[in-house]
Amino acid sequence: MTNQSILLGSMLLSPLLFLLRGQLRYWAAMLLHLVVIVASSSAAISVFQGQAWAIDTGIYLLGEPIRLELDALSAFFVLVINLTMLTGAWYSGGYLKPYESSKSAIELSFHRFTYLWLHLAMIVVVMVPQGTPFLFAWELMTLTAFILVAFEWEKPESVHAALNYLVQMHVGFVFILIGLFLIQYQGGGSFSFSGLAKTHMPVQAFLLLLIGFAFKAGFMPLHTWLPHAHPAAPSHVSGVMSGVIIKMGIYGILRCVIYLPKEHWMTMGATILIVSIISGVMGVIYAIMQHDVKKLLAYHSIENIGIIGIGIGLGMMGYALGHPVLATLAFAGGILHILNHSLFKSLLFYSAGSVYQQTHTRYVEKLGGLIKKMPYTAFLFLLGALAICGLPPFNGFISEFLIYYGSFSHIGAGDMNEALILLACILSLALIGGLAIFCFTKVFSIVFLGSSRSSATTGAQEVSMSMLLPQGLIGLVILAIGLVPGFFVHYIEQVAGLYLPDASLPHAYLDTLRYVGIASGIFILLLVILILLRSIQQRRVEVAYGPTWGCGYTGADPALHQYTATSYADNFVQLAEPILGVETHYTPFAETEIFPETHHFERHQHDPMEANLVEKPGNALLYYLQKSAVFQSGKLQHYLWYGLLFLIVVGAMSYLKLL
Amino acid sequence: MSILLYLLYTCCALLIPGVISITKAKLSGRKGPGLWQPIYDILRLLRKGSVYSTTTSYLFQYAPLVNFAAALLALAFVPLGDIPGLMHFQGDFVFFAYLLGLGKFLLILNAMDTGSGFEGMGANREALYSMLVEPAFFIVMGSMALLSGHNSFVDIFSQFQDTSQYAILLGFLGAYILGQIAMVENSRLPVDDPRTHLELTMVHEVMVLDNSGFDFGIIMITNSLKFGIYAGLLANLMVPIWLPLGFRLGFALLISVLFGVMVGLLESFRARNKMARNPQFILTLSAVSLLFFFTVMIIANRI
Repeated sequence: MTNQSILLGSMLLSPLLFLLRGQLRYWAAMLLHLVVIVASSSAAISVFQGQAWAIDTGIYLLGEPIRLELDALSAFFVLVINLTMLTGAWYSGGYLKPYESSKSAIELSFHRFTYLWLHLAMIVVVMVPQGTPFLFAWELMTLTAFILVAFEWEKPESVHAALNYLVQMHVGFVFILIGLFLIQYQGGGSFSFSGLAKTHMPVQAFLLLLIGFAFKAGFMPLHTWLPHAHPAAPSHVSGVMSGVIIKMGIYGILRCVIYLPKEHWMTMGATILIVSIISGVMGVIYAIMQHDVKKLLAYHSIENIGIIGIGIGLGMMGYALGHPVLATLAFAGGILHILNHSLFKSLLFYSAGSVYQQTHTRYVEKLGGLIKKMPYTAFLFLLGALAICGLPPFNGFISEFLIYYGSFSHIGAGDMNEALILLACILSLALIGGLAIFCFTKVFSIVFLGSSRSSATTGAQEVSMSMLLPQGLIGLVILAIGLVPGFFVHYIEQVAGLYLPDASLPHAYLDTLRYVGIASGIFILLLVILILLRSIQQRRVEVAYGPTWGCGYTGADPALHQYTATSYADNFVQLAEPILGVETHYTPFAETEIFPETHHFERHQHDPMEANLVEKPGNALLYYLQKSAVFQSGKLQHYLWYGLLFLIVVGAMSYLKLL
Repeated sequence: MSILLYLLYTCCALLIPGVISITKAKLSGRKGPGLWQPIYDILRLLRKGSVYSTTTSYLFQYAPLVNFAAALLALAFVPLGDIPGLMHFQGDFVFFAYLLGLGKFLLILNAMDTGSGFEGMGANREALYSMLVEPAFFIVMGSMALLSGHNSFVDIFSQFQDTSQYAILLGFLGAYILGQIAMVENSRLPVDDPRTHLELTMVHEVMVLDNSGFDFGIIMITNSLKFGIYAGLLANLMVPIWLPLGFRLGFALLISVLFGVMVGLLESFRARNKMARNPQFILTLSAVSLLFFFTVMIIANRI
């Protein structure tokens, strides 16, 4: 009861943000966030300790009392949401400082206000079991996120991205709505996800809900809003968006899977798995092509949603095939990856945001050499990059390892089809890992290493502590999951327990996780020893400095003679050209051109899925809608005619007893 | 026992570069350096001072160490038949592969940190090739896991030879694939020729152009360690498990030497691939390893 009144209190106090200014507003917002976090996290933790948590709010919505309930899945999501929203709000304190002069006080207050309500909406989304309040909270979440994305509404691309997001979310919303209606009117008994267990059309309803939630999660080919919305939003919002908002789609899918009858797990699991593998591999392939650092990260979100989906899909199939351990490992991998991705992706967006704040550009070809000006930001970005590539000793490795581990352990346990499914999972994970390394070595090198490529980096300096500390906090959690995975997996098992009758891993498997942690620890220890040895050696020898080796040519301009993002991606583009939708424009050298003139080279990448699935049908629709505009002639006589025609038609129809 | 094995593999690792250079020298009619020359070189480098490019940052100084630490730890996972490595757990080869990936990631950044176009080329090629070769390793390990029903290096390598009478043949096929993977991972022929001294056509050597002194010594040791790691894996696939222990260790040493000789032979008589052909060549490895997978499925009665 107390938790609920605290939550209500913070909702009622939130308009006060409009009365405050500057730092005071920031601290008031932080305080309200903390209140929400303490109230909801304490409930979530009590759920993990085995207590049931449910309250009747006493509030009625369309004649239905709203009930708040927490199971392990909701509790897990509450914790993930709280951590990311906290770091986002914390980071925004420094990030929004430059906007204090360009934005009016009311805009900034409104931003903090909507950010707080986004937090509340997401908490309510994962807490309500019934359909109606879920949809209300879901819509509130979409709208607040829309406002947050459109923060820089004076820029046309921001508004365009935000509207694109809003429209696509509502298309998804319609699918969820139809799915829920289908459940209610086809034997499910109630307008809620739990009706999926009773309805006699579970597959159809599940597929509708899956499509609806896939819009939010950004599964390919429904991802097209993501690469626009993430770059347009302010960086803390991008971090939160990629970290938790798209995970709400995953939450919806996971929630539906709980109630989906087990006999459909094989086919539905296969569906999710196939979509996820495509999202994972294609997401990272498109990411390599991006030169806008936040757009690149957005495509990586799609890739990671794919990895999460691989875990969920494989878990469902593993259960259907009669391998409970495989199912547990895959579910645990997928669910842990939700947490992991929310950590390293928000970290990457925050540090990319710090770079944007200092250089005012997201275009990587204008950056370079920032590691010397922003050493901590560079280090944190590197940490996030290593984690997202799934490299030990960081957290991304643990969740991918769980899926690998399940696959390798069961690859010989079944028939040919099972072996092929597991091989497909292993291969796609290996491919995603390799491509991610390619992509992040590119973006890190171009942004932070080498020399500066333009004047954009001239004034850059390290960002303030209030921006670095939240990132440091995320970094610590990333390392903690990498070093003591068993502790975290223990709680993930409880979430997986909602799907499987027995989700506790056998001891041998938990031991393995401990060994992984130990091996990671040994690695760090080894590294520390080597660094110490090196520093001793360096003290005893002479160290000199000079220019980079230029093949004997000393007149090279470091800004011009280093690798660019385009050249780094080039050899990959040559390989993957058929699926990339790359357009290259350049002026070739003429045969008679003895003295080189100025030449141009540009390369664009269009998302083929966006072009074929959104733009083409959208343009076709627009074409026919424009045709239908002939009726809107602007002449009063015509409109009078329409009225008369309508009356005649109605009259005729009632005469013929058609009405 | 595991410690002894680790020492053996370290010795093999340090020997292989010497064996390669002796082989190449003999075949081209030169007297050549001694077997220990590469080790002397490394020891000399470790005592020397360094020259750093002013473009580089703190990352440049520590990246080779990360690569080295990764290789040192990765070597600890390599068993010999039923003798486990210093560390082993289920799924350890995934950790092993990703650990080497971590080292490679940092080495690429090390190259990019210099801001040199040449090193960018090398780093870029290295990133592409290691990305393309990664699936092949996982398919081979997946096949071995399918065949043996186990999921760690030591369990797989101690069991797979007993699974069927064809297992030793499979071992040789697997050794072929792993050997090729080793050539790609270590940037040797036919993907990269360490003898070329034109920056435009180099892969690995060009990445470390600006490293000097201690760091360069560390990079040289890491290269040999990688040879040791792959020689160890080859030994696991080819050494019959029923031999007495001493013979097996000797056999492993022999295989390392033979591996070095093979590399020397290859580098003496073969030209490097055209750079643009390399991706195709590496993808062929994945195709061969898929064939390996299907062969295993047939032998294990899954098809």
